Amino acid sequence: MERAEIESKFTELLVSELGLDADKINPGARFEEDLEVDSLGVVELLMALEDEFDVTIPDEEAENLTTVGEAIDLVVAKLA
Amino acid sequence: MSRVALVTGGSRGIGRAIALGLARGGHRVAVNYSTRPEAAESVVQEIRSNGGEAIAVGADVSDEEAVGRLIREVGEGLGPVEVLVNNAGVTRDGLLARMSSDDWDRVIEVNLRSAFLCTKAVMRGMLKNRWGRIISIGSVSGLAGNPGQANYAASKAAVIGFTKSIAKEVGGRGITVNVVAPGFIETDMTAELGEAALEAAISATAVGRLGRPEDVAAAVAYLAGENAGFVTGQVIVVDGGLTI
Repeated sequence: MERAEIESKFTELLVSELGLDADKINPGARFEEDLEVDSLGVVELLMALEDEFDVTIPDEEAENLTTVGEAIDLVVAKLA
Repeated sequence: MSRVALVTGGSRGIGRAIALGLARGGHRVAVNYSTRPEAAESVVQEIRSNGGEAIAVGADVSDEEAVGRLIREVGEGLGPVEVLVNNAGVTRDGLLARMSSDDWDRVIEVNLRSAFLCTKAVMRGMLKNRWGRIISIGSVSGLAGNPGQANYAASKAAVIGFTKSIAKEVGGRGITVNVVAPGFIETDMTAELGEAALEAAISATAVGRLGRPEDVAAAVAYLAGENAGFVTGQVIVVDGGLTI
């Protein structure tokens, strides 16, 4: 899967699962500070990513995710 | 609205009454059992003969793999669990000075660990659906203590702290988490207490009788319903006034 395709699916998930405003989503956006996603919201996003891309994201890898771009990098790496 | 409910330890006693009560309320019910398939099957038959939908699923709910299988089987048979009733429980009574660590561990495993495992296993689906009801069966022992039940009381008190924490975690996602704490209810568990102890229990109960499993089931049915969405992190004591 191309990175651009992953990015667009990712944005769709953020909108559909977490109810975020698509205009605010960019690679540098921080989940908690900029997008106002709480800690459970990040967990929900990870679960949605696992379902959507059929990958497993262990807690230790998820711990350091703060921005949209980092989460996309992680999925890209998982699918590589 | 018809929801999918799972009642752990639903083949006998309070669990059986809860399963029947939820089915009467229109829910599709999975009756979990650990050792008595025939008892669970009779609950299922009773629900079906009243026009309801139910399945029996065997699993030791203190075992993580078994819980995973249980939730999958319920999902395949009825759909994702929307109402979880953590009812499975055991007693291994004895005064602390004589209590073995095995008796301690087993009670904590079945009464507390199972609530953790089952709640965790259904949480993903409930978060996705933005709706869920977690109801754990506690005990007045966990509120007031009871000589000979240090292990049981500790497990039931722990379920309250567990419940309040989860209630805070997932309240914003349409999921409520509560405890129903029965007093002395007529079941196989209390039949073991002996006549003198039961007489004493009745005289300490304001209502002047032992509770019936249906009394507990009614509180569970309320918490499981659509109208109870603003009640969370609570302990509803169903004890006939024993602890007032």
